[in-house]
Amino acid sequence: MHDGFALIALLVATLRAATPLLLAGFGELIAERSGVLNLGVEGMMLVGAAAGFIATASTGNPLLGLLVAAAAGALMAALFGFLTLTLRANQVACGLALTIFGVGLSALIGLPYQGTPITGLATVIWPDLDSAGPVVQQLMLLDPVVWLALALPFLVFAFLYRTRSGLVLRAVGESHDVAHALGYSVLRVRFAAVLFGGAMAGMGGSYLSLVYTPMWTENMVAGRGWIALALVVFSAWKPLWLALGAVLFGFVTIAQFHAEAFGLDVSSHLLSTLPYLATVVVLVLISRDAARLKLNAPAALGKPFSAAG
Amino acid sequence: MRLRLEARQQPSQTMQWLSPFLAAVLAALGGGVVFALLGHNPATALATLFLAPLATLDGLTELGLKATPLLLCAIGIAVGVRANVWNIGAEGQLTLGAITGGGIALAFGGEGHWWTLPLMLFAGAAGGAFWAAIPALLRTKFNAHEILTTLMLSYVAIQVLGWLVHGPWIDPEGFNFPQTRMFADDAMLPVLLEGARLNAGFLLALLAVPLAWGLLSRTAVGFRLRTVGQAPAAARYAGFSANGAVWFSLVLSGALAGLAGVCEAAGPVGQLQPLMSPGYGFAAIIVAFLGRLHPVGILSASLLMALLYLGGEQLQVTLQLPIAATGTIQGMLLFFLLATDVFIDQRLVFTRGPAHA
Amino acid sequence: MTINRRSLLAAPLALPALIGSARAADPFKVGYVYVSPIGDAGWTYQHELGRRAVDAALGAAVKTSFVENVPEGADAERVIRRLAQDGNQLIFTTSFGYMNPTEKVSKAFPRIKFEHATGYKRGPNFATYSARFYEARYLTGVVAGRLSKTGIIGYVAAFPIPEVIQGINAMLLGARSVNPAATIKVVWTSSWFDPGKERAAADTLVAQGADYLTQHTDSTAVVQAAEEKGVWCSGYDSDMLKYGPKTHTTAVEMHWDDYYIDRVKKAMAGTWTTGDVWGGMAAGMVKLSKLNPALPAPLVAELEAKTADIKSGKLVVFSGPLKDQSGAERIPTGKAMADGEILGMNWFFEGVQGRV
Repeated sequence: MHDGFALIALLVATLRAATPLLLAGFGELIAERSGVLNLGVEGMMLVGAAAGFIATASTGNPLLGLLVAAAAGALMAALFGFLTLTLRANQVACGLALTIFGVGLSALIGLPYQGTPITGLATVIWPDLDSAGPVVQQLMLLDPVVWLALALPFLVFAFLYRTRSGLVLRAVGESHDVAHALGYSVLRVRFAAVLFGGAMAGMGGSYLSLVYTPMWTENMVAGRGWIALALVVFSAWKPLWLALGAVLFGFVTIAQFHAEAFGLDVSSHLLSTLPYLATVVVLVLISRDAARLKLNAPAALGKPFSAAG
Repeated sequence: MRLRLEARQQPSQTMQWLSPFLAAVLAALGGGVVFALLGHNPATALATLFLAPLATLDGLTELGLKATPLLLCAIGIAVGVRANVWNIGAEGQLTLGAITGGGIALAFGGEGHWWTLPLMLFAGAAGGAFWAAIPALLRTKFNAHEILTTLMLSYVAIQVLGWLVHGPWIDPEGFNFPQTRMFADDAMLPVLLEGARLNAGFLLALLAVPLAWGLLSRTAVGFRLRTVGQAPAAARYAGFSANGAVWFSLVLSGALAGLAGVCEAAGPVGQLQPLMSPGYGFAAIIVAFLGRLHPVGILSASLLMALLYLGGEQLQVTLQLPIAATGTIQGMLLFFLLATDVFIDQRLVFTRGPAHA
Repeated sequence: MTINRRSLLAAPLALPALIGSARAADPFKVGYVYVSPIGDAGWTYQHELGRRAVDAALGAAVKTSFVENVPEGADAERVIRRLAQDGNQLIFTTSFGYMNPTEKVSKAFPRIKFEHATGYKRGPNFATYSARFYEARYLTGVVAGRLSKTGIIGYVAAFPIPEVIQGINAMLLGARSVNPAATIKVVWTSSWFDPGKERAAADTLVAQGADYLTQHTDSTAVVQAAEEKGVWCSGYDSDMLKYGPKTHTTAVEMHWDDYYIDRVKKAMAGTWTTGDVWGGMAAGMVKLSKLNPALPAPLVAELEAKTADIKSGKLVVFSGPLKDQSGAERIPTGKAMADGEILGMNWFFEGVQGRV
């Protein structure tokens, strides 16, 4: 009984740890699938976390907070889009600058809100919780954002492979020249994808400040934006693999704590290298076959597009 | 009627010179607004940010010290980008250079050999080159993209450093705090001015500027790199090896980043500790682009980036501005710089009627 | 760069220092270097409270300033030097990683006084100070031992440095003083500040049966997790009651106010001397924060008694018999650990589950 409970608790903890990674990761996946590499995920997450917190603290409504966070993330992404798509500045440099800017901006706007208590997003209230078994009870404790994050892989999969818009998005990411010749507006598609990426990153950041640890402190995203970026690569730009990767990453973190609490005798520093090494190994495995790589990695990733040139 | 960007036939000479000034003006205006919003006199604040750090000789030496790792890393990154090879893991290569060079310092420092310091520099460069050779191997043998492998290996390198300074290399007399012994004097880079921290590492970085310039514009290797980067088909036709370009540029940039790492360890830090670089490897990517991938441009860009750091500190010390405000302004300045550079290769044109973006 | 380089360089370096000491009517400038943003709880925040207390106590006679979020590396030395050049007469550097940079700058500015928190290097104008945080940790252990039903205390910690290990061991001793079967489970986050990871670590510990949580990291995430899970907890650095109004029992709270005021006054009066201060509860540098009103009265009385014992020296936390994790006796009965042994502590006591 106790073991079963611990297992389900492990699962719940894993899902919650994975949620911000899933949200931000899927945003970035869509952006990259359209051919845009935005390294500013960390900055967008932080601005989303701060903006969502401020909105919640001011209105008392965490759902509104989530929306504001998405809007704030999208706004950051719009700045990035303006620089890289409209002005065709370098994506790598602008993404890094976006992170520097986001770290500073979030800290600045969040300054008056440090230590402000908020009521975070509550879990959905289910009837008859008491009569359910302990396993169901634990699962029912998950908040709606986790459920949204869990639905994302399927939604994104359906969008990419089952809708016309998804096809256009992939075409733009594969070869913007061909897509342009076919009459699609490359920039418009990419802008939409970048904005979606920003909104999801913002929401992912606000999951931390509104639900997971309901507070605002500077830099609270603590590198999750970079991990989300790594996960997109780990997934070979495939939605279901991204979901698996995010959950696996969450699980490795939680499992490491479990192992330590049981008295595992390995340096935590060396353990911490495992997720990154695993990503490299997976990348090597998927890239080894050049033909298969072509099917996966968006061929136009990171390359600027100019209709005239 | 609407505005549209159009590629210029040739890069604009005027904009090449005008762009930094335009960016400076925009940045001054934007920064001034933020300072005013925060309740500070914009003129004082801007002077504190840009001029105060340069007002003393001490400030100038600190500027050079801060620019050294940025310059070394950015030159390597730029050489790679010319060949369309993206090394965004200079942070990890820098860390590994600090580890390997620092390892030599811990092993032989204080024994009075003349070769300790040269060996450290060599080991640092070799360590960085080795760390960059892994992505080169993965790219040429397995097609794995270096943007991602170099980034992932950065995290690995930082954890390895953490493990070393918490474990095997911990200072035995250091009350178990995570750091190594201080390096002995013969394992430290000589300072250029008595009383300042600017050291010989700065000269190495300066030396890299003409060497990289010569390499890129005066040698066959540079020509091959550029051809591989800009016209892969032509390069293949000419028999230039794309794999060779990957290996050459990654190993070179890794070596430079590793050198930057050992210069930090044997310079201002003087030991190994969990954090050897506050993100120089990443900032150097911005520096490389601000410098338009040209060694001389990178030299000025690295000094400017260093000035932004120093000015940010100065704002805190003298105006008590929170770090959050300085971070915001630094990010904003970078945007202006990156944005105005766009007009070197492009120009604004007015078009009539509905535009197809 | 050959002629007169020494005088060229020395002029701008020495000038502010001279001006600073020449004009006695000017306010006495005191500088602080912080390792993280100030925030509203945690290590840096407590130092900031101390700085504000100096402002409040000495008014216009002093002018304090700070630089926050200074990385422990090459940059620290420049920031400290900048503060020295800016005319600060007394400079507090508040994190361990500032030790070597502070030492270097102190040698370049012999007239300016430097104080470094938690380090072990000193000089004629370079003092160190720290507090025996572990004394109050012991008391939170007593609370945990009394309140925990499973006898398992969950401890979220950042890095295995001596200060952290002292806290864990002291808490174990406190818990075992009232419940000999109590154990502590330790998990490492490998980061001083990562609320998400701390939260995950707390969840893990609760899932493994811990019903009392505490942390040695820099955020309030563990307290929030405990509040949500409905398990008791105690905070560190700052009073974190507002993050866990129902379950936060008390916190190991640091008080630098009196120390800072005293040192600034001495520096102003010219009676400042170097040295090493390692004060504990008796010196008021460490306290238990406001107790949760829900704590049972006998426990409150017990805490009061033990606090008095620690202050009077009757209760010495690290006194034998002390056994390591293998069960071997390291400190015999009747013998207390020497300060040097405590300062370099790198082993867990029997009853702690985890790896240093």
